[in-house]
Amino acid sequence: MNDFALIGPILAAMFAAATPLLFAALGELVVEKSGVLNLGVEGMMLVGAVCGFAVAVQTGSATTGFLVAALAGAATASLFAVLTLFLLANQVATGLALTLFGVGLSALIGQGFVGIPLEGLPKLYVPGLTDLPVVGQALFGQDVMVYLAVAAVPLVHLFLYRTRAGLVLRAVGENHTAAHALGYKVLRIRFLAVLFGGAMAGLGGAFLSMDYTPMWAENMTSGRGWIALALVVFATWKPVRAMLGAWLFGGVTILQLHVQGLGIDVPSQLLSMLPYLATVLVLVLISRDVARIRLNAPACLGKLFHPDA
Amino acid sequence: MNRRTMGKTVLGLAGAAIALSVGMGSAFAQEKLKVGFVYVGPVSDHGYSYQHDQGRLAVEKALGDKVTTTFVENVPEGADAERVIEQLAASGHKLIFTTSFGFMNPTLKVAQRHPDVKFEHATGYKRAANVATYSGRFYEGRTVVGAIAGKMTKSNIIGYIGSYPIPEVVGGINAFTIALREQNPKAEVRVVWVNSWYDPGKEAEAAKALIDQGADIIVQHTDSPAPIQTAQERGLWSVGQSSDMTRFGPKSHLTAIVEDWNGYYVDRVKAVLDGSWKPIDTWGGIKTGMVELAPYNPAIPADVVKMADQIKADIVSGKRHSFQGPVKDQSGKVVIPEGKSATDEQILKMDWYVEGVQGKVPK
Repeated sequence: MNDFALIGPILAAMFAAATPLLFAALGELVVEKSGVLNLGVEGMMLVGAVCGFAVAVQTGSATTGFLVAALAGAATASLFAVLTLFLLANQVATGLALTLFGVGLSALIGQGFVGIPLEGLPKLYVPGLTDLPVVGQALFGQDVMVYLAVAAVPLVHLFLYRTRAGLVLRAVGENHTAAHALGYKVLRIRFLAVLFGGAMAGLGGAFLSMDYTPMWAENMTSGRGWIALALVVFATWKPVRAMLGAWLFGGVTILQLHVQGLGIDVPSQLLSMLPYLATVLVLVLISRDVARIRLNAPACLGKLFHPDA
Repeated sequence: MNRRTMGKTVLGLAGAAIALSVGMGSAFAQEKLKVGFVYVGPVSDHGYSYQHDQGRLAVEKALGDKVTTTFVENVPEGADAERVIEQLAASGHKLIFTTSFGFMNPTLKVAQRHPDVKFEHATGYKRAANVATYSGRFYEGRTVVGAIAGKMTKSNIIGYIGSYPIPEVVGGINAFTIALREQNPKAEVRVVWVNSWYDPGKEAEAAKALIDQGADIIVQHTDSPAPIQTAQERGLWSVGQSSDMTRFGPKSHLTAIVEDWNGYYVDRVKAVLDGSWKPIDTWGGIKTGMVELAPYNPAIPADVVKMADQIKADIVSGKRHSFQGPVKDQSGKVVIPEGKSATDEQILKMDWYVEGVQGKVPK
């Protein structure tokens, strides 16, 4: 087989691999833009994954499964929101606790669902287009969730930068005292942002358990929640860059497997490390430019707010 | 009352109590042997720990009137394991199976403190007066699978997903490849390491990559059924690991290499019951039933099934060895000469690929 012909399949696999990261990263991006740092992405993804899977198995409906996954992710996130926004718990500690909680809770819920197979989502097929060389499979042969994730990118961008609500959300993230003085409900806005982040993480998790590898296994997100968190910084809080970052990460992951399969002599441990290395490298490059970080990082990120203080 | 007399009184009371309880016990039934099992994963993993628990259930079924069993699942390898094993030993278990490699040192430590308790440690190499070891010759199963793959492949490329490049996995790849090329000298094996025993997402990605490179059979030495799902989706063949994974891809699942501890566990419990237990090392294969093949896919042609059964029979009778010379390494050098087969030592230390495997063993 011509190695050049591999570009198409690699692209197709890359978009699919990037999808759970993209969902989770977009959600977290909105959360952070509102000034809240939720490190519980991994936990929310797992709860979404197991709830979506369980419901899809029981009802046979993938749509219901994804809806429940989003709700479950949001419900998990609401725990975080109550603790950090209203009880003023430390966001970093609470976020870490949320991940640990999500790992345990999802394992508990999932006990009866291990080893049950599920049908994945059907793939799109457009006669003519899907059969195009190189890009056909990648652009026109994916399933609906892959397209939804990409469609969410311009939507989140438009919301943040072209709507009044988005402007208010960013204002809350930049300076919650000023926003509060102007009469905006800082806590309510942040609460909603955190719920959105949870729902998106839930969808990302459910993509894994219901579609990518349609089964439930304990801890099946394997660190993807943490990658999503890194992607938000990597993207300097810009949705389109988050998408590019997710593709880069997915692409390097897939590429390293191909390199191994072709028998190219590079240590596999190094190759497994490559996607993470790429993320760190880009983080370093971006961080060199202090102005850029300052311009984009929400000024109130991770800071607690009390309306009466 | 000084201390000594108090001790005597307590002893007397205890003695009376023991006499009473023994009397009562014998009136109902003989005291049952308590057998403990320690698992590294959840029983529900439908893979490694699940298979060990099947063994425990087999013991209950066969000897339920003479033994009671207990199991502890999800035990992390390390300090926690020692606590769990100690707990089992202290609570009257007289035979304890610790079923993962990482339980080796904790098992030996606890065994030292409880010389009257017998221990069985899976896949380890350290033994003591009351510690036996056992493992399976899973490479024998891979020989059978390799021969089947040699007959079934059309593209002559086999994709092999490895967990970690340890001798057990490398040996499995070699046993598979030798049998594969015996049937089909043109076939080659491409290996992708995922550096994990259980990461469904990564295993699926590896399967996709191998399939995109032309592989039409996916073999795995990782524990999740994700590669089987991927192969089924692409309409290609796959081979399962640890347990029968047919339900994850009924059209794709050729067979699986199944670890079957049932017979061994029943035998060892019996040995404790009749007093013949010894701290031996058991390395069982197809012959002893420790390694089994899951039911063949009905789509495999009858002559291929016949060949596979013949290979199994030859392994059992000793006519065939998985590493029977001449075996050449990738450079074409004969490592195992004609007329000889690899020693157990060579198999346990295997860190080189045979001819027909692409790429190099990661160091």
